[in-house]
Amino acid sequence: MPISVSDDPSTNPLVKVRQLTKAFGINQVLKGVDLDVPKGSVVSIIGASGSGKTTLLRCVNLLESYDGGPIQVDGIEVGYRAGGTPRSERELARIRADIGMVFQLFNLFPHLTATENVMLGLRKVRRMAKAEARATAEHWLARVGLDDKLNSLPIELSGGQQQRVGIARAVAMNPKVLLLDEITSALDPELVGEVLKVVRSLAEDGVTMILVTHEMSFARDVSSRVVFMDGGKVAVQGTSREVFGALAQHERLRNFLARIELKEV
Amino acid sequence: MMLMLHSLPFLWQGLLVTLHVSALVVVISLVLGVVLGVGLSFGPWWVVWPVRLYSDMIRGLPLLVLIYSVYYMLPLTGWSVPSFWAAVSALAAFQTAHVIEVTRGAVQSIPHGQHEAGKAIGLGFGQRMIYVVMPQALRRFLPPWINTVVSTVQGSALVSLVGIVDLMFSIQQVIGRTFKPMPLYILGALIYFAINYALSLTSRALEARFAYIRE
Repeated sequence: MPISVSDDPSTNPLVKVRQLTKAFGINQVLKGVDLDVPKGSVVSIIGASGSGKTTLLRCVNLLESYDGGPIQVDGIEVGYRAGGTPRSERELARIRADIGMVFQLFNLFPHLTATENVMLGLRKVRRMAKAEARATAEHWLARVGLDDKLNSLPIELSGGQQQRVGIARAVAMNPKVLLLDEITSALDPELVGEVLKVVRSLAEDGVTMILVTHEMSFARDVSSRVVFMDGGKVAVQGTSREVFGALAQHERLRNFLARIELKEV
Repeated sequence: MMLMLHSLPFLWQGLLVTLHVSALVVVISLVLGVVLGVGLSFGPWWVVWPVRLYSDMIRGLPLLVLIYSVYYMLPLTGWSVPSFWAAVSALAAFQTAHVIEVTRGAVQSIPHGQHEAGKAIGLGFGQRMIYVVMPQALRRFLPPWINTVVSTVQGSALVSLVGIVDLMFSIQQVIGRTFKPMPLYILGALIYFAINYALSLTSRALEARFAYIRE
């Protein structure tokens, strides 16, 4: 359904979600979500399990289809053509190439080395020459601190190292926006820091990111905006300072934050 | 013993025919079976249903019934097919159904996250199959697939029943002249065993070769 918003590109957000709805069978997971992600910003989505935050993220690159939208990335409706028909597999592939995603369980390709994991999209989607793809992959792996693991298979890497390969694989494609889906949830506590450090440095470089996270202190530090989801809707949103400060009076948000024991709030 | 040795030259042509039939069937069923197996695993309902039906029906038939059906029924439809190709088609149809199931098992063992990771970097369906799914599925595909190759060689003996002079038919021809079935059937058994044992050894070598792919 069309929503009147400014078409001025300078104020148009890079990712624009309006009245997003999504149901799994009779279970209405998203009940009309609005979200704006300006270019260069970092938006954290927090909320309890089942609040719809991961589904929202997965709708942005069409790993889940959505029922009502729109979701626009850089002005392009991701899920549907102008006439409202769902996009073809080929169109989706082209759109997804510009939207990076990092997964909770890394999802590295186990038969490929770290470098080959990063190279695959560069070679087959970006059509880079082999030498250029290798150089780009090695650049990004160095950037995430893995220049000594270029030829390691995923199974030879720790969880934190695997996830950093996952990040390199996503950002090497030079996506317009990077989606991070609870990327530290499967990690041992002592490995979380090395991954968050990489995310922080990408944020400082102006990479636009949407992250679903349970790391509250990280969300507070790194985010331009924080969105608290509850029951398939955005319950509270604002700057990090607002959400963890004044707005934290919102009852559901206060209970949520208390439950995950963010003592310092 | 001498009889066995003297018979060998007469069996040579038959052995070549057996190997020829088997090789044709293995190649045809590999190509068709993998394509249809991928269709069965990821296709829309109008691909899944016919493939499911085909696989279940064919696998439920005794191979001999299938060979006779194709051999006697194709001419009724106006097609005049040489008996060699009728037999090859029947065997290929039978093995394709098995390769479909082997393919399905192998590709469906690949976790969903692998497909999603492929999608997320912008790979299309074909690219995800070729670069992400197939290389990982290969390890699970090979052992049961070699079993279908072995069963193809075994099943090829049945083509002698529609008049094709394969190894089995040659053995019976020699028996017809010598009236000594025992040594010749033992010889035949040894030859079939040698072929299939070589295949099993290949299978084991391949499994070891791909053992490095772990999930």
